[in-house]
Amino acid sequence: MNYFPDEVIEQVFDYVTSHQDRNSISLVCKSWYRIERLSRQRVFIGNCYSISPDKVIERFPAIRSLSLKGKPHFADFNLVPYDWGGHVYPWIVAMAKSKVNLEEIRLKRMVVSDESLELISSSFANFTSLVLVSCEGFTTNGLKAVAANCSLLRELDLQENEVEDHRSQWLNHFPESSTSLVTLNFSCLKGEINLAALERLVARSPNLKTLRVNRAVTLDSLQKILSWAPQLMDLGVGSFIHDPDSETFYKLKNTIVQCKSITSLSGFLEVAPYCLPAIYPVCSNLTSLNLSYALGIPASELIKLIRHCKRLQRLWILDCIGDKGLEVVASNCKDLQELRVFPSDPFGAGNTVVTEEGLVAISFGCKKLNSLLYFCHQMTNAALITVANNCPNFVRFRLCILDPTKADPLTQQPLDEGFGAIVQSCKGLKRLSLSGLLTDMVFLYIGMYAEQLEMLSVAFAGKSDKGMIYVLNGCKKLRKLEVRDSPFGDAALLADPGKYETMRSLWMSSCEVTLGACKALARKMPMLNVEIIDDSELTVDEALCGGAPVAVTADGDDKQKVEKMYLYRTLAGPRNDAPEFVCTL
Amino acid sequence: MAAESGKFRTIDFEETELRLGLTTSKGINGINGKSNYGKRGFQEDTVDLKLNLSSSQGSTVDEAQRTKETAPVAPSKTDPAKRPAKAQVVGWPPVRSFQKNLTAVKPASNEEADRAVGGAALVKVSMDGAPYLRKVDLKQYRNYQELSGALENMLRSFTTGSGGSQGSTKDFTNESRLIDLLNGSESEFDYVPTYEDKDGDWMLVGDVPWQMFIESCKRLRIMKGSEAIGLGIIHQISWIHSIILLDYFDRCSIKNGCVCM
Repeated sequence: MNYFPDEVIEQVFDYVTSHQDRNSISLVCKSWYRIERLSRQRVFIGNCYSISPDKVIERFPAIRSLSLKGKPHFADFNLVPYDWGGHVYPWIVAMAKSKVNLEEIRLKRMVVSDESLELISSSFANFTSLVLVSCEGFTTNGLKAVAANCSLLRELDLQENEVEDHRSQWLNHFPESSTSLVTLNFSCLKGEINLAALERLVARSPNLKTLRVNRAVTLDSLQKILSWAPQLMDLGVGSFIHDPDSETFYKLKNTIVQCKSITSLSGFLEVAPYCLPAIYPVCSNLTSLNLSYALGIPASELIKLIRHCKRLQRLWILDCIGDKGLEVVASNCKDLQELRVFPSDPFGAGNTVVTEEGLVAISFGCKKLNSLLYFCHQMTNAALITVANNCPNFVRFRLCILDPTKADPLTQQPLDEGFGAIVQSCKGLKRLSLSGLLTDMVFLYIGMYAEQLEMLSVAFAGKSDKGMIYVLNGCKKLRKLEVRDSPFGDAALLADPGKYETMRSLWMSSCEVTLGACKALARKMPMLNVEIIDDSELTVDEALCGGAPVAVTADGDDKQKVEKMYLYRTLAGPRNDAPEFVCTL
Repeated sequence: MAAESGKFRTIDFEETELRLGLTTSKGINGINGKSNYGKRGFQEDTVDLKLNLSSSQGSTVDEAQRTKETAPVAPSKTDPAKRPAKAQVVGWPPVRSFQKNLTAVKPASNEEADRAVGGAALVKVSMDGAPYLRKVDLKQYRNYQELSGALENMLRSFTTGSGGSQGSTKDFTNESRLIDLLNGSESEFDYVPTYEDKDGDWMLVGDVPWQMFIESCKRLRIMKGSEAIGLGIIHQISWIHSIILLDYFDRCSIKNGCVCM
C-alpha cells in the first residue's frame, strides 16, 4: 500500500467508516496516521473530558461531524449531582474560533446552554444536524436561534432532554425559505407549540422523513400534518385523544391510510385506548413501535394492536402488557430483534407485571432477539438458562429486577447460574446489566466467558473484592464498568491499575473503596483523572437544584470510605471546570 | 383514643359505620339500631377497621426486608441519616426521569396531578348524602350516556343501602332529612348531576359538547334536586329524567356541535 499516492489511499480510507476501524488504521504507520487524520470527517469522543477540543481540531482539521458524551451513565438515575459538569460550550467556542466547517453536532448527557446553541447557529454556515440526547441546560430561546439562523438545517433531533419552556414560539422562527428539514423531533418539549406554524413548516418540507411531536400537538393538528406529509417514515404522535365518532377522527383514519411509508411509530404521550384502532392500517408495515410513554392502555388493547404488527423488529412497551401479552408478541413478531419492557409503576407493588414467564415466551418465539431491556418483578435461574439456550445472539442484555437483591423465587438461590448461562451462550455479548441476588460466582462466569463484553453495570451484587477482580482480569474488551452498592473495595480497585488505561471509565458508588486507595491509584496512574464526588452534605433535592456546594479536598482521613468515585483515562489532565464537590486527586 | 371516641359519637360516624358493612343486618334501621350498639363494640370494630386500613404493614415489611438484604452489601460508612431512610433507594429502579415522570404523578393526591397523567382525567365524584367520594376517569367514556351509566352504577349502592325495609335511603348525614325522604318524597331518585368547571362555577352536566366537558370538568357533584333549583335551571328532576336529558343533550351536541335547550 506504500507504493500508492496519498490520494488513492485516502479514497480507500473513505470506505472505512467506523471509528474503531479508523483508529486502528491510524496506528499502522506514520503515513497512514497522517492520511487518516487529515481525511477524517466524523469524530466521536466518548468522554468529553478525555481530550481538549484544541487537540481534536489539531489532529482532525477536516472535521465535519462531532459526537460527544458527557456525564457518566448513572447520571440518568440521579446518582451524579446536578452541577458535575459536561459543558459543551468550550467545545463550540474552540470549533468556532478555528473556523472548521462543522456541519453536525451530536451530544449525549451534556450541559448545553442557550449561548452554545446561539454560537452554533451563528458560527457554522453549513450546519445541518443537531442531535441532543439526555441533555439539559437550554431553553426554547436557544432553539429559536437554531431555527432562525441555520438555513440549511436538515436535522433537529431532541431526545429526552430537559428543556425550559420560555414560550419562545421557536417553531415560528423557521424562515419561509427553510425547506430542507428531514428530521424534526421535539417530543420532549413540555410547552405549547404554534400549531399553524408547525403545519406550514411541514407543508413546505418535502424531504421530511421523521417527525416526532410533543404533547401539545392535538389529534386534529396531527391529521392536518399527515395530510401534508404522506411521505413520512417515522412518526411520533403527541396527543391521541378525540371523540371517535367525530368528523376529525374519521378524517384522521383516512389520512393515516395514505401514509404508506410509515415504518416507525412512537409517542402517544396522551392516548385514549378507543382511538388506537385508527393506527391499525399502518401496523403491518411497522418495524419499530415505541409505546413506552403510553400509560393507560390496557393489556387487551395492546394485544389487539400487536396482532397487527407482524413485521416488528423493535418494540418498546410498558409492563402493563403482562406475561400473556408477551406471549402474543412472541407468536406474532417473529422478526423481533430488540425488546424493551419498562415498568409502568416502578415504585408500587404493581398489579399488571411481567415475570420470567414473559421473557421465556419471548425467547421461544423471537429467535432473532439480540437486544433486551427488561424490568420485571422476579426472575429464575431456570428461565435465564432457557433464554440463553433459545437466544444465543444477544449483544445487549439488561435485566432489572425491581427488588434489586431478590433471589430465585423457586429455589431461593442467587441468580449466578442464570447469568452464567447467558454469558456462556451469547458469545457476542457486548453489554450486560445485572440484578437480583448475586454472589462472586456470577463475576467469575463473566470473567471467563464474556470475551466481547464492553460495558457492565452492577448494582447490589457480589460478596467480596474477588468479584470485581474476576471481571477486570477476564474481560479483555471491557470499556466501561459501573458499580453501585456492592462490596468491592481497595483490593479490587488496585488489583490492576494499568487496566483502567484500556478502559474509558470506571464508576463506583456506595462501595468499600477508601480515599487512601483512590489517592494511591491517582499517584500511580497520571493518565487517569480520579474524581471523588462528595455530595453527601446535600440532600438529594438540593443536589438536583444546585444547592450549596461543599468543598471536597484530598485531605480527609485516608481510611474514610469514598461515596462516589469516577475515574477515566484522559490526555487533558484534571479538568478546570470541576465544581466544589468534585475533587480530582 | 379518647379523642377518637369523641368523634365517634356524632351521628355521621355511626351512620357511616353502619354502611361500611360492619352492621349489615341493621340496614336502614341504623337510627333504631344505633342504640343497640354498645360504644365499646362500635369502637373496637372501628378501631380494627382503622388499623387494617391505615397500617402500612405491607410496606414496612418490605422496608425491613430491603434493609436486611442490602445491609451486608451496602457500606455503612455514611451516616444513616444522610441516606434516604424510605424504602425507595436513590436511583433504583434505574428508570430515567422521563419514564419516571409518567408514573410519578399517579400516586399524587391532588386532581391536577391526576389530570396531568397521560390518558387519564380523574375527577372526584361526590353525591349529596354519601359518606365517601368516588373517582372516575372521564377519558374512559365516549359520551354523556356512558358516563351517566357508570355514575349510576357507582352510586346505586348509596341509594339502595343494604336492604333497608322502608325503601331507599338517600341521605345519610341528617336524620330528619332521612325521615322526610322516607315519608314524603314521591320520586325515588331525586338527584341532578352537576360539575365544577375550570372557572370554579357549578354547571349542569350536559350543557356543552362532550370533549369540551372533559377538558373543563374539575369535579362532579350529584346534587339533591332541591339544591339544584338554586342553579336556576331545573326544578325537581328525577335521576332517570336527568339521564334521558343527558342523552338528548348528547345527541344534540354531536349533531350540531352545540346544545339547544
